Amino acid sequence: MMEKFIDHFREALDASEGKEIRLEDRFRDYDEWDSLRYLSVIAMIDSEYDVIIETSEFKKIETVGGLIEEIGKRIKT
Amino acid sequence: MGFQHFKNVTVKGIAACVPSNVFDNRKLSLLGNSDQIQKYIDTTGVVTRHLVNGRNLCSSDLCFHAAAKLLSELNWRPDEIDCLLFVSQTPDYIMPATACILQEKLGLAHECFAMDISLGCSGWIYGMAAIGALIQNGGFKKGLLLAGDTSTVTKSPKDKSTYPLFGDGGTATALEYTEGSSGLMVHTATDGKGYKAIIIPDGGFRNFYNPDSLKEVEYEDGIVRNNLQTSLDGPGVFVFAISKAPRSINGLLEHFDLDINKVDYFILHQANKILNERIRTKLRLPVEKVPYSIEEFGNTSSSSIPLTMVTRLRQQLTKGQCKLITCGFGVGLSWGTIYLETEKITCPELVLV
Repeated sequence: MMEKFIDHFREALDASEGKEIRLEDRFRDYDEWDSLRYLSVIAMIDSEYDVIIETSEFKKIETVGGLIEEIGKRIKT
Repeated sequence: MGFQHFKNVTVKGIAACVPSNVFDNRKLSLLGNSDQIQKYIDTTGVVTRHLVNGRNLCSSDLCFHAAAKLLSELNWRPDEIDCLLFVSQTPDYIMPATACILQEKLGLAHECFAMDISLGCSGWIYGMAAIGALIQNGGFKKGLLLAGDTSTVTKSPKDKSTYPLFGDGGTATALEYTEGSSGLMVHTATDGKGYKAIIIPDGGFRNFYNPDSLKEVEYEDGIVRNNLQTSLDGPGVFVFAISKAPRSINGLLEHFDLDINKVDYFILHQANKILNERIRTKLRLPVEKVPYSIEEFGNTSSSSIPLTMVTRLRQQLTKGQCKLITCGFGVGLSWGTIYLETEKITCPELVLV
Protein backbone atom coordinates (compact mmCIF):
# COMPACT_ATOMS: atom_id res chain seq x y z
CA MET A 1 0.00 0.00 0.00
CA MET A 2 2.79 2.38 0.94
CA GLU A 3 4.42 2.82 -2.45
CA LYS A 4 1.10 3.02 -4.19
CA PHE A 5 -0.15 5.60 -1.73
CA ILE A 6 2.92 7.72 -2.27
CA ASP A 7 2.30 7.66 -6.03
CA HIS A 8 -1.33 8.67 -5.55
CA PHE A 9 -0.31 11.31 -3.06
CA ARG A 10 2.29 12.77 -5.41
CA GLU A 11 -0.31 12.89 -8.16
CA ALA A 12 -2.93 14.54 -5.92
CA LEU A 13 -0.34 17.17 -4.99
CA ASP A 14 0.31 17.74 -8.67
CA ALA A 15 4.01 17.41 -7.83
CA SER A 16 6.69 16.46 -10.34
CA GLU A 17 7.35 12.74 -10.80
CA GLY A 18 10.79 13.13 -9.35
CA LYS A 19 9.57 14.58 -6.09
CA GLU A 20 10.78 12.46 -3.24
CA ILE A 21 8.17 11.78 -0.61
CA ARG A 22 9.23 10.28 2.70
CA LEU A 23 7.06 8.87 5.44
CA GLU A 24 8.38 11.34 7.97
CA ASP A 25 7.67 14.37 5.74
CA ARG A 26 5.36 17.00 7.17
CA PHE A 27 3.27 17.35 4.05
CA ARG A 28 1.89 20.76 5.01
CA ASP A 29 5.43 22.11 4.61
CA TYR A 30 5.60 21.10 0.94
CA ASP A 31 5.70 24.02 -1.47
CA GLU A 32 2.80 22.43 -3.34
CA TRP A 33 0.50 22.18 -0.32
CA ASP A 34 -2.48 24.53 -0.37
CA SER A 35 -6.24 24.34 0.09
CA LEU A 36 -6.82 23.03 -3.44
CA ARG A 37 -4.27 20.22 -2.94
CA TYR A 38 -5.96 19.49 0.34
CA LEU A 39 -9.24 18.90 -1.55
CA SER A 40 -7.43 16.76 -4.13
CA VAL A 41 -5.91 14.63 -1.36
CA ILE A 42 -9.27 14.13 0.39
CA ALA A 43 -10.82 13.19 -2.97
CA MET A 44 -7.94 10.81 -3.77
CA ILE A 45 -8.19 9.02 -0.40
CA ASP A 46 -11.93 8.65 -0.89
CA SER A 47 -11.63 7.35 -4.43
CA GLU A 48 -8.66 5.02 -3.90
CA TYR A 49 -9.42 3.70 -0.41
CA ASP A 50 -13.12 4.48 0.13
CA VAL A 51 -12.11 6.38 3.24
CA ILE A 52 -13.31 9.87 4.16
CA ILE A 53 -11.27 11.63 6.82
CA GLU A 54 -13.15 14.43 8.59
CA THR A 55 -11.31 17.75 8.71
CA SER A 56 -11.08 17.65 12.53
CA GLU A 57 -9.26 14.31 12.29
CA PHE A 58 -7.19 15.37 9.29
CA LYS A 59 -5.86 18.34 11.26
CA LYS A 60 -4.27 15.97 13.76
CA ILE A 61 -2.29 14.14 11.09
CA GLU A 62 1.12 15.66 10.53
CA THR A 63 3.15 13.34 8.34
CA VAL A 64 2.76 11.22 5.23
CA GLY A 65 3.22 8.13 7.40
CA GLY A 66 0.48 9.41 9.71
CA LEU A 67 -1.88 9.64 6.76
CA ILE A 68 -1.13 6.08 5.70
CA GLU A 69 -1.67 4.89 9.25
CA GLU A 70 -5.03 6.67 9.51
CA ILE A 71 -6.21 5.23 6.20
CA GLY A 72 -5.08 1.76 7.28
CA LYS A 73 -7.15 2.04 10.45
CA ARG A 74 -10.27 2.99 8.53
CA ILE A 75 -9.96 0.90 5.43
CA LYS A 76 -12.95 -1.31 4.83
CA THR A 77 -11.99 -4.95 4.74
CA MET B 1 -36.75 8.81 8.10
CA GLY B 2 -36.56 11.82 5.90
CA PHE B 3 -38.46 10.32 2.96
CA GLN B 4 -41.68 11.73 1.58
CA HIS B 5 -43.76 11.25 -1.52
CA PHE B 6 -45.86 14.19 -2.64
CA LYS B 7 -48.24 12.77 -5.17
CA ASN B 8 -50.40 14.75 -7.60
CA VAL B 9 -47.70 17.37 -8.14
CA THR B 10 -46.02 18.09 -11.47
CA VAL B 11 -43.41 20.55 -12.65
CA LYS B 12 -44.82 22.60 -15.51
CA GLY B 13 -41.95 24.94 -16.23
CA ILE B 14 -38.53 26.19 -15.22
CA ALA B 15 -36.82 29.48 -16.06
CA ALA B 16 -33.55 31.08 -15.02
CA CYS B 17 -32.04 34.55 -15.14
CA VAL B 18 -28.46 35.73 -14.67
CA PRO B 19 -26.85 39.17 -14.81
CA SER B 20 -25.35 39.91 -18.23
CA ASN B 21 -22.04 40.99 -16.72
CA VAL B 22 -19.48 38.18 -17.12
CA PHE B 23 -16.32 37.88 -15.09
CA ASP B 24 -13.48 35.69 -16.35
CA ASN B 25 -11.50 33.93 -13.61
CA ARG B 26 -8.54 33.65 -15.99
CA LYS B 27 -8.00 37.36 -15.34
CA LEU B 28 -8.19 37.13 -11.58
CA SER B 29 -4.80 38.00 -10.08
CA LEU B 30 -6.11 37.06 -6.61
CA LEU B 31 -5.56 33.45 -7.69
CA GLY B 32 -1.86 34.02 -8.43
CA ASN B 33 0.12 33.37 -11.60
CA SER B 34 -1.28 31.69 -14.71
CA ASP B 35 -0.30 28.18 -13.50
CA GLN B 36 -2.06 28.78 -10.21
CA ILE B 37 -5.11 30.13 -12.01
CA GLN B 38 -5.18 27.04 -14.24
CA LYS B 39 -4.89 24.78 -11.21
CA TYR B 40 -7.80 26.60 -9.62
CA ILE B 41 -9.94 26.21 -12.73
CA ASP B 42 -9.01 22.53 -13.11
CA THR B 43 -10.01 21.84 -9.51
CA THR B 44 -13.15 23.94 -9.11
CA GLY B 45 -14.27 23.98 -12.74
CA VAL B 46 -15.19 27.67 -12.57
CA VAL B 47 -14.01 29.56 -15.66
CA THR B 48 -16.53 32.40 -15.89
CA ARG B 49 -19.26 33.75 -13.65
CA HIS B 50 -22.15 36.16 -14.08
CA LEU B 51 -22.07 38.88 -11.44
CA VAL B 52 -24.50 41.58 -10.36
CA ASN B 53 -21.44 43.72 -9.74
CA GLY B 54 -22.81 46.70 -7.88
CA ARG B 55 -25.86 47.12 -10.14
CA ASN B 56 -28.32 47.06 -7.25
CA LEU B 57 -29.78 43.83 -8.60
CA CYS B 58 -31.07 41.54 -5.88
CA SER B 59 -31.82 37.83 -5.99
CA SER B 60 -35.48 38.81 -6.07
CA ASP B 61 -34.93 40.87 -9.24
CA LEU B 62 -33.30 37.94 -11.02
CA CYS B 63 -36.10 35.66 -9.83
CA PHE B 64 -38.68 38.21 -10.89
CA HIS B 65 -37.39 38.29 -14.47
CA ALA B 66 -37.28 34.49 -14.61
CA ALA B 67 -40.81 34.25 -13.20
CA ALA B 68 -42.28 36.89 -15.50
CA LYS B 69 -40.85 35.12 -18.53
CA LEU B 70 -42.04 31.72 -17.31
CA LEU B 71 -45.59 32.86 -16.53
CA SER B 72 -45.94 34.47 -19.92
CA GLU B 73 -44.68 31.36 -21.78
CA LEU B 74 -46.88 29.10 -19.67
CA ASN B 75 -49.86 31.36 -20.26
CA TRP B 76 -50.52 31.39 -16.53
CA ARG B 77 -52.30 34.45 -15.24
CA PRO B 78 -50.62 35.94 -12.16
CA ASP B 79 -53.90 35.78 -10.23
CA GLU B 80 -53.98 31.99 -10.65
CA ILE B 81 -50.93 31.47 -8.44
CA ASP B 82 -51.97 30.11 -5.06
CA CYS B 83 -48.58 30.01 -3.40
CA LEU B 84 -45.17 31.60 -3.80
CA LEU B 85 -42.05 30.50 -1.99
CA PHE B 86 -38.85 32.50 -2.20
CA VAL B 87 -35.68 30.61 -1.28
CA SER B 88 -32.48 32.57 -0.76
CA GLN B 89 -29.60 33.49 1.49
CA THR B 90 -29.65 36.99 0.03
CA PRO B 91 -33.13 38.46 0.63
CA ASP B 92 -33.93 42.11 -0.07
CA TYR B 93 -34.25 43.01 3.61
CA ILE B 94 -33.87 41.43 7.03
CA MET B 95 -37.59 42.17 7.18
CA PRO B 96 -40.12 42.00 5.56
CA ALA B 97 -40.08 38.70 3.71
CA THR B 98 -39.02 39.10 0.08
CA ALA B 99 -41.85 36.79 -1.01
CA CYS B 100 -44.30 39.55 -0.06
CA ILE B 101 -42.47 42.05 -2.26
CA LEU B 102 -42.46 39.55 -5.12
CA GLN B 103 -46.19 38.85 -4.69
CA GLU B 104 -46.89 42.50 -5.40
CA LYS B 105 -44.28 42.87 -8.12
CA LEU B 106 -45.58 39.87 -10.02
CA GLY B 107 -49.17 41.01 -9.60
CA LEU B 108 -50.25 37.90 -7.70
CA ALA B 109 -53.54 37.78 -5.83
CA HIS B 110 -53.90 38.92 -2.23
CA GLU B 111 -55.01 35.39 -1.39
CA CYS B 112 -51.55 34.12 -2.38
CA PHE B 113 -49.64 32.15 0.29
CA ALA B 114 -46.20 33.78 0.27
CA MET B 115 -43.18 33.13 2.45
CA ASP B 116 -39.38 33.01 2.47
CA ILE B 117 -37.17 30.03 3.14
CA SER B 118 -33.65 30.71 4.32
CA LEU B 119 -31.51 28.06 2.64
CA GLY B 120 -28.83 28.05 -0.02
CA CYS B 121 -27.29 25.12 -1.86
CA SER B 122 -30.05 22.74 -0.74
CA GLY B 123 -32.68 25.46 -1.16
CA TRP B 124 -34.24 24.39 -4.43
CA ILE B 125 -34.76 20.87 -3.07
CA TYR B 126 -36.39 22.19 0.11
CA GLY B 127 -38.47 24.71 -1.80
CA MET B 128 -39.74 21.98 -4.12
CA ALA B 129 -40.59 19.75 -1.15
CA ALA B 130 -42.41 22.61 0.61
CA ILE B 131 -44.46 23.52 -2.48
CA GLY B 132 -45.13 19.82 -3.04
CA ALA B 133 -46.52 19.62 0.49
CA LEU B 134 -48.66 22.72 -0.06
CA ILE B 135 -50.30 21.67 -3.30
CA GLN B 136 -50.49 17.86 -3.04
CA ASN B 137 -54.04 17.90 -1.67
CA GLY B 138 -55.43 20.16 -4.36
CA GLY B 139 -56.36 23.03 -2.07
CA PHE B 140 -53.76 25.04 -3.89
CA LYS B 141 -53.55 24.35 -7.62
CA LYS B 142 -50.61 26.39 -8.84
CA GLY B 143 -47.37 27.20 -7.06
CA LEU B 144 -44.30 29.20 -7.89
CA LEU B 145 -40.90 28.45 -6.40
CA LEU B 146 -38.45 31.33 -6.77
CA ALA B 147 -34.93 30.33 -5.79
CA GLY B 148 -31.98 32.62 -6.27
CA ASP B 149 -28.88 34.11 -4.75
CA THR B 150 -26.54 36.99 -5.35
CA SER B 151 -23.80 35.25 -3.43
CA THR B 152 -21.05 37.39 -4.94
CA VAL B 153 -22.27 40.39 -2.96
CA THR B 154 -21.51 38.58 0.28
CA LYS B 155 -18.00 37.48 -0.73
CA SER B 156 -14.82 39.43 -0.07
CA PRO B 157 -13.00 40.21 -3.34
CA LYS B 158 -9.81 39.61 -1.31
CA ASP B 159 -10.80 36.09 -0.29
CA LYS B 160 -9.57 33.46 -2.73
CA SER B 161 -11.38 30.73 -0.81
CA THR B 162 -14.80 32.17 -1.75
CA TYR B 163 -14.72 35.03 -4.24
CA PRO B 164 -13.72 33.15 -7.44
CA LEU B 165 -16.14 30.27 -6.83
CA PHE B 166 -19.54 31.95 -6.82
CA GLY B 167 -21.88 33.45 -9.37
CA ASP B 168 -25.30 35.10 -9.21
CA GLY B 169 -28.59 33.81 -10.51
CA GLY B 170 -32.34 33.63 -9.99
CA THR B 171 -34.80 30.96 -11.06
CA ALA B 172 -38.50 30.21 -11.21
CA THR B 173 -40.11 26.78 -11.10
CA ALA B 174 -43.84 26.37 -11.76
CA LEU B 175 -45.67 23.47 -10.14
CA GLU B 176 -49.25 22.36 -10.52
CA TYR B 177 -51.69 20.01 -8.85
CA THR B 178 -52.23 17.12 -11.27
CA GLU B 179 -54.25 14.20 -10.03
CA GLY B 180 -52.58 10.86 -10.55
CA SER B 181 -49.13 12.18 -11.43
CA SER B 182 -46.05 10.45 -10.03
CA GLY B 183 -45.24 13.56 -8.03
CA LEU B 184 -42.07 14.32 -6.11
CA MET B 185 -40.13 11.67 -4.20
CA VAL B 186 -38.07 13.45 -1.63
CA HIS B 187 -35.28 12.86 0.84
CA THR B 188 -34.25 15.71 3.14
CA ALA B 189 -31.71 15.93 5.97
CA THR B 190 -30.00 18.44 8.23
CA ASP B 191 -26.86 18.60 10.38
CA GLY B 192 -26.74 21.88 12.30
CA LYS B 193 -23.48 20.86 13.93
CA GLY B 194 -21.86 22.25 10.80
CA TYR B 195 -23.63 25.61 10.91
CA LYS B 196 -20.32 27.46 10.99
CA ALA B 197 -18.98 25.76 7.85
CA ILE B 198 -20.60 28.43 5.65
CA ILE B 199 -21.55 31.52 7.60
CA ILE B 200 -21.81 35.31 7.57
CA PRO B 201 -21.07 35.88 11.26
CA ASP B 202 -22.38 39.44 11.80
CA GLY B 203 -25.43 41.44 10.84
CA GLY B 204 -28.09 39.08 12.16
CA PHE B 205 -29.43 39.06 15.67
CA ARG B 206 -26.87 36.72 17.29
CA ASN B 207 -24.05 39.12 16.44
CA PHE B 208 -25.51 42.53 15.66
CA TYR B 209 -23.87 44.73 13.09
CA ASN B 210 -21.22 46.64 15.05
CA PRO B 211 -18.28 48.94 14.31
CA ASP B 212 -15.93 45.93 14.16
CA SER B 213 -18.10 44.16 11.60
CA LEU B 214 -16.33 45.97 8.78
CA LYS B 215 -12.83 45.32 10.12
CA GLU B 216 -10.86 43.28 7.59
CA VAL B 217 -8.94 40.35 8.99
CA GLU B 218 -6.27 38.40 7.14
CA TYR B 219 -6.82 34.72 7.99
CA GLU B 220 -4.08 33.54 5.70
CA ASP B 221 -2.34 34.68 2.56
CA GLY B 222 -5.08 35.62 0.05
CA ILE B 223 -7.89 35.23 2.56
CA VAL B 224 -8.97 38.66 3.80
CA ARG B 225 -12.55 39.42 4.79
CA ASN B 226 -14.77 41.11 7.34
CA ASN B 227 -17.56 39.65 9.45
CA LEU B 228 -20.32 40.74 7.09
CA GLN B 229 -18.78 38.54 4.40
CA THR B 230 -19.05 34.80 3.94
CA SER B 231 -16.61 32.49 5.64
CA LEU B 232 -16.33 29.08 3.98
CA ASP B 233 -14.68 25.96 5.36
CA GLY B 234 -14.00 24.42 1.96
CA PRO B 235 -12.51 21.10 3.09
CA GLY B 236 -15.21 20.70 5.77
CA VAL B 237 -18.00 21.17 3.24
CA PHE B 238 -16.16 18.90 0.81
CA VAL B 239 -15.99 16.04 3.28
CA PHE B 240 -19.64 16.60 4.23
CA ALA B 241 -20.83 16.59 0.63
CA ILE B 242 -18.91 13.55 -0.62
CA SER B 243 -20.28 11.55 2.31
CA LYS B 244 -23.88 12.78 2.39
CA ALA B 245 -24.86 13.43 -1.22
CA PRO B 246 -24.24 9.91 -2.60
CA ARG B 247 -25.89 8.40 0.46
CA SER B 248 -28.94 10.65 0.02
CA ILE B 249 -29.27 9.69 -3.66
CA ASN B 250 -28.74 5.98 -3.04
CA GLY B 251 -31.11 6.09 -0.06
CA LEU B 252 -33.85 7.70 -2.14
CA LEU B 253 -33.43 5.19 -4.99
CA GLU B 254 -33.61 2.33 -2.55
CA HIS B 255 -36.51 3.69 -0.51
CA PHE B 256 -38.71 4.26 -3.54
CA ASP B 257 -37.40 1.20 -5.36
CA LEU B 258 -36.13 3.20 -8.34
CA ASP B 259 -33.69 1.81 -10.87
CA ILE B 260 -30.62 4.05 -11.12
CA ASN B 261 -30.18 3.02 -14.76
CA LYS B 262 -33.60 4.32 -15.70
CA VAL B 263 -32.83 7.82 -14.51
CA ASP B 264 -32.04 10.03 -17.49
CA TYR B 265 -30.16 12.81 -15.72
CA PHE B 266 -28.67 13.55 -12.33
CA ILE B 267 -28.60 17.27 -11.70
CA LEU B 268 -26.34 18.05 -8.79
CA HIS B 269 -25.92 21.34 -7.02
CA GLN B 270 -22.93 22.91 -8.77
CA ALA B 271 -20.60 23.13 -5.79
CA ASN B 272 -17.25 22.61 -7.40
CA LYS B 273 -15.98 20.29 -10.09
CA ILE B 274 -13.73 18.01 -8.09
CA LEU B 275 -16.46 17.53 -5.48
CA ASN B 276 -19.21 16.85 -8.01
CA GLU B 277 -16.95 14.46 -9.90
CA ARG B 278 -16.39 12.53 -6.67
CA ILE B 279 -20.15 12.23 -6.20
CA ARG B 280 -20.58 11.17 -9.82
CA THR B 281 -17.90 8.49 -9.68
CA LYS B 282 -19.06 7.19 -6.30
CA LEU B 283 -22.47 6.63 -7.88
CA ARG B 284 -20.80 5.19 -11.02
CA LEU B 285 -22.72 7.55 -13.27
CA PRO B 286 -21.68 8.12 -16.87
CA VAL B 287 -20.52 11.67 -17.72
CA GLU B 288 -23.40 12.25 -20.15
CA LYS B 289 -25.99 11.79 -17.40
CA VAL B 290 -24.51 14.43 -15.13
CA PRO B 291 -24.64 17.87 -16.74
CA TYR B 292 -22.44 20.72 -15.50
CA SER B 293 -22.96 24.45 -15.71
CA ILE B 294 -20.34 25.46 -13.15
CA GLU B 295 -17.74 26.30 -15.83
CA GLU B 296 -19.97 29.10 -17.12
CA PHE B 297 -21.81 30.32 -14.02
CA GLY B 298 -19.80 29.20 -10.98
CA ASN B 299 -21.55 28.01 -7.84
CA THR B 300 -24.90 29.81 -7.91
CA SER B 301 -26.21 28.46 -4.59
CA SER B 302 -29.99 27.86 -4.66
CA SER B 303 -30.13 28.59 -8.42
CA SER B 304 -27.66 25.98 -9.54
CA ILE B 305 -29.98 23.00 -10.09
CA PRO B 306 -32.68 24.79 -12.13
CA LEU B 307 -30.03 26.91 -13.90
CA THR B 308 -28.24 23.74 -14.99
CA MET B 309 -31.54 22.31 -16.23
CA VAL B 310 -32.39 25.42 -18.24
CA THR B 311 -28.97 25.85 -19.79
CA ARG B 312 -27.92 22.22 -20.31
CA LEU B 313 -31.13 20.19 -20.70
CA ARG B 314 -33.51 22.62 -22.30
CA GLN B 315 -34.08 20.54 -25.45
CA GLN B 316 -34.66 17.33 -23.52
CA LEU B 317 -37.01 19.02 -21.05
CA THR B 318 -39.12 20.84 -23.60
CA LYS B 319 -39.27 18.09 -26.23
CA GLY B 320 -39.78 14.87 -24.30
CA GLN B 321 -40.09 12.98 -21.05
CA CYS B 322 -37.32 13.01 -18.46
CA LYS B 323 -36.70 11.04 -15.31
CA LEU B 324 -34.57 13.21 -13.08
CA ILE B 325 -32.67 12.97 -9.84
CA THR B 326 -31.80 16.36 -8.36
CA CYS B 327 -29.58 16.75 -5.32
CA GLY B 328 -28.60 19.82 -3.31
CA PHE B 329 -26.18 20.07 -0.38
CA GLY B 330 -24.44 22.83 1.56
CA VAL B 331 -25.02 25.73 3.94
CA GLY B 332 -26.86 24.69 7.09
CA LEU B 333 -25.59 22.06 6.80
CA SER B 334 -28.56 20.89 4.82
CA TRP B 335 -29.03 18.43 2.00
CA GLY B 336 -31.66 16.59 0.04
CA THR B 337 -32.60 14.71 -3.12
CA ILE B 338 -35.71 14.71 -5.28
CA TYR B 339 -36.76 12.25 -7.95
CA LEU B 340 -39.24 13.67 -10.43
CA GLU B 341 -40.53 12.97 -13.90
CA THR B 342 -41.21 15.71 -16.41
CA GLU B 343 -43.01 15.76 -19.71
CA LYS B 344 -42.55 18.53 -22.26
CA ILE B 345 -42.25 21.30 -19.73
CA THR B 346 -42.01 24.97 -20.55
CA CYS B 347 -38.45 26.12 -20.38
CA PRO B 348 -37.70 29.59 -21.75
CA GLU B 349 -34.21 30.43 -22.89
CA LEU B 350 -31.90 31.78 -20.21
CA VAL B 351 -32.85 35.39 -19.39
CA LEU B 352 -30.02 37.92 -19.19
CA VAL B 353 -30.54 41.25 -17.44
